[in-house]
Amino acid sequence: MNFETTIGLEVHVELKTKTKMFSPSPVSYGAKPNTNANVIDFGFPGTLPTVNKYAYKLGIMTALALNAQVNQDTHFDRKNYFYPDNPKAYQITQKEQPLAHDGWIEINVDGNKKKIGIEELHIEEDAGKNTHGEAGYSYVDLNRQGTPLIEIVSKPDIKSPDEAYAYLERLRQIIQFTGASDVKMEEGSMRVDTNISVRPIGSDKLGQKIELKNLNSFKHVKNGLAFEEKRQVGILMAGGTIRPETRRYDEPTDSTILMRVKEGADDYRYFPEPDLPDYHIDSDWIDQIRQEIPEMPDKRRQRYIQDLKIPEYDAGVLTDTKEMSDFFDQTVALGADPKQVSNWLMVNVNAYMNENNLDLNQTKLTPEHLATMIGLVKDGTISSKIAKKVFAETIANGSEPKAWVESKGLVQQSDPAVLTPIIDQILDDNEQSIVDFKNGKDRAFGFLVGQIMKQTHGQANPKVVNQILTAEIKKR
Amino acid sequence: MIDKKLVQHVAQLAKLEFDEEQLNKFTKQLDEIITMEDQLAQVKTTGVAPTTHIARQKTSFRADEVVPTNSQEELLQNVPEQQNGLIKVPAILDNGEE
Amino acid sequence: MDYFNETIDSIHQKLVAKEMSPQELTQATLTNIQRLNPHLNAFITVNDQAQAPKEIDTENPLQGIALAIKDNILTKGMKTTAASRMLANFSPIYSATVTAKALNAGMINIGKTNMDEFAMGSSTETSHFGITKNPWNTAKVPGGSSGGSAAAVASGQVLAALGTDTGGSIRQPASFNGIFGIKPTYGRVSRWGVIAFSSSLDQVGVLSRHVADSAHVLKAISGFDAHDNTSSDSPVPDYTKITPQVKGLKVAVPEEFMGAGVQAEVKKQIQLAIKVLEQNGAIVDTVSLPHAQYAVQVYYIIASSEASSNLQRYDGIRYGFRAEDVHNLEDVYVKSRSEGFGDEVKRRIMLGTFALSAGYYDAYFNKAAQVRTLIIDDFKKVFADYDLVVGPTSPTTAFDIGSRIDDPLVMYMNDILTIPANLAGLPAASVPVGFADGMPVGLQLIAQPFAEQTIFNAAQFLENEINFLQQRPQIGGQN
Repeated sequence: MNFETTIGLEVHVELKTKTKMFSPSPVSYGAKPNTNANVIDFGFPGTLPTVNKYAYKLGIMTALALNAQVNQDTHFDRKNYFYPDNPKAYQITQKEQPLAHDGWIEINVDGNKKKIGIEELHIEEDAGKNTHGEAGYSYVDLNRQGTPLIEIVSKPDIKSPDEAYAYLERLRQIIQFTGASDVKMEEGSMRVDTNISVRPIGSDKLGQKIELKNLNSFKHVKNGLAFEEKRQVGILMAGGTIRPETRRYDEPTDSTILMRVKEGADDYRYFPEPDLPDYHIDSDWIDQIRQEIPEMPDKRRQRYIQDLKIPEYDAGVLTDTKEMSDFFDQTVALGADPKQVSNWLMVNVNAYMNENNLDLNQTKLTPEHLATMIGLVKDGTISSKIAKKVFAETIANGSEPKAWVESKGLVQQSDPAVLTPIIDQILDDNEQSIVDFKNGKDRAFGFLVGQIMKQTHGQANPKVVNQILTAEIKKR
Repeated sequence: MIDKKLVQHVAQLAKLEFDEEQLNKFTKQLDEIITMEDQLAQVKTTGVAPTTHIARQKTSFRADEVVPTNSQEELLQNVPEQQNGLIKVPAILDNGEE
Repeated sequence: MDYFNETIDSIHQKLVAKEMSPQELTQATLTNIQRLNPHLNAFITVNDQAQAPKEIDTENPLQGIALAIKDNILTKGMKTTAASRMLANFSPIYSATVTAKALNAGMINIGKTNMDEFAMGSSTETSHFGITKNPWNTAKVPGGSSGGSAAAVASGQVLAALGTDTGGSIRQPASFNGIFGIKPTYGRVSRWGVIAFSSSLDQVGVLSRHVADSAHVLKAISGFDAHDNTSSDSPVPDYTKITPQVKGLKVAVPEEFMGAGVQAEVKKQIQLAIKVLEQNGAIVDTVSLPHAQYAVQVYYIIASSEASSNLQRYDGIRYGFRAEDVHNLEDVYVKSRSEGFGDEVKRRIMLGTFALSAGYYDAYFNKAAQVRTLIIDDFKKVFADYDLVVGPTSPTTAFDIGSRIDDPLVMYMNDILTIPANLAGLPAASVPVGFADGMPVGLQLIAQPFAEQTIFNAAQFLENEINFLQQRPQIGGQN
């Protein structure tokens, strides 16, 4: 019997705002517990929510970037459940009229392009954080409580763990380019829950869904789903039935482990949030936000290939993150040669980021400095060898390349009036080498260049040295 | 018809518990109340939009600007049990929420 | 010092003329409360430390005036309990907007008044801090849930008090205590810092013996509040500019408000009051609010559903009561809530949880929300032609303490005349117009959204014309 897999992904993304979704306390990481919270976040009696306009805007921007339809008439709903990190014992979310619906993104798995539908996007508030301690206690920090989230729910179009992986990559990239979120799994600004079912091909009913949690990377999602796919097919092949379960991915064993068997549906008693009015989202506002959406990676890639003649692979690397792509665009806009900029970014900058485990914006490199440095090489002020030194200095310490090159006396010597006497002197001192060269020993030429470089402390422009040396030897 | 089983189910959702005597009393009272509520079925409401908010103002937004928070000391002032600035609670039996 | 018959304006004149000092006034108020409160139990907390202002601003009539505040309205640093064991020791770290506005206007928070637990009740018998008694007859309830505020005002302990009104909790106790009480339009007053019962129905209002005093206080506490997205930004008129006239006023009397459920003596007093309006130039017609008969059913579903969610935050974790002898998280929740809440609160939580739960939402919550729309539409039709809807505030006068507490259905039906205005978010007041069986009877006045001034004008006219305030209650009143 052959089986078909159906995968659903629920992705939570933290929006990049200064304040929380329903309260004006700051959103930040690493603050002391319960210091970035207020009476609203603590669910004190008498507190009321107020809606963060910028968060809603980022939500709309994300929805538009994912080709979704924004609901113009909407309201918030309450989802009721008790949990220590959920101080009101309800979460404010959008159940009935979500932010947006019916979006899609295109994925590419092994060269096959496929559209994956997005059922809906809704805005909600994050919960606080529980830390499980020893001796039967847990500890609650409400700093994170109320952080704006959007939840993105896929349609049942995803048919394999590889497609799930590609969907997540693409989703992350698009959202990252909108600037609405950092979308970092490792920092929790992107979180993934998934469900998977299998059914015999031809069956018109979806199989029993299993939910998967504790997925801390896209790879975990892929591996967890692959394990589940096999496990479920195995059960069905053996004539068994799949129970409704929530399972967790276990990294050490690369498998999934039962968390709990679900008995009946959870009853969250959703109802419209009476503390907030109805919301009407103006079509003018939506249009304005549409205008503000940064250029998406696909378009940028096309532009790099067609207008800037960047190879397709390189264009892909440059558009991996918005920071990289913006950096590239800004450096090119300063007049630097696109191919050169691309090479520096792809090779040296990426290597530096990897070595030091930094994001591009965490380095000290600026588009101005990179453009200046490329310019210095181009106009012969420095050699490409010196450029590596300048780069190391600039990216690590933020030094201005031109000033630094000058202060360190690294400017290349290209003036024939200066170089010719030095070269003549060296030729005078090494007459045997001239003889050797004329007898066909090319190595002798290299030896002479080396002597000149030594004499000039490596600052002589090799091209100019070559020209003068060739001419001077001829004269002898 | 409200029975004890339903009352117990609802109590569980609401995180309340009743002893047998209370359970009998609440079942009886809730049954009476819900019997009264069933009169609503007499009203024809086809096509009538529900009223769930009454605010006349629509679409009220707040600017994304930080307002200074309450101090940790103030926030924790009423907390029954705390440790190192954290709210302390008996162990969370994981029920899959989060 | 006897200030029983004084008003905010008359006291202000005396303060300005230095016939009394603000300190003497505050001291006299505290002395009066100490003398009378033991008879009535109107206050949960008395602010013995109340500070009188040093000087009087001649332009500010509220300065130095004592205000009693219902104990579900947050007062920073002063215990706010909602009359519940759950919050018996809760010390708020912020104040309600209404508290802040009243204090900024120069008023003195003189203490926190008793109420039904979490404002759920019509008799102030469900308070964790004991029942409040009716100053006209201490065997009777003061009504509820703002029973403490009403009793404190009626007995002359304070000129004005804040209350909250979700289904009649200002108007019904005002009626039972022979005083004026107004619930403004939903959104007129901020709910920030008011312990939520039912978010789409709750509204803060004022109780006072004199209509004009409520106008003063309402003016001070009204207005848009950025903390409350349901508050209205429509400008606040000067309510104190009252024109006590009813000539040409178009008055509607819904036949449903004068039905069989209304006590004959109450109905008679109401008819007399309506006659007074008519004799003085008001145009009075009988109208119909056909869906008003379902108001109680709609209300108990909506209010209880919202309450079941609003009261989930009382879980014994961040503040409030935590049960002892708890071994796990479930214990903290279940035992804290089961021991911290009283029976009436539990009944409403249960009803609301049921109405929202899977399988029942459509038949109960959604159905009630639809009928609510029909009730609102009924009012809209009437207000297309009329300025004011009038009728009894309550079908009965104050009932005996203990007579209804075990019969929730009978208790609930008592609210049938006050609930419609909450469901429609309309401003509504009760003004005393007479006595039935020796207890006060209130006439209810309901106006269009933000037409509070129409209510003040008509109520002031009735206060002048009927002269109810000559009557004095058993407790308080005579020094």
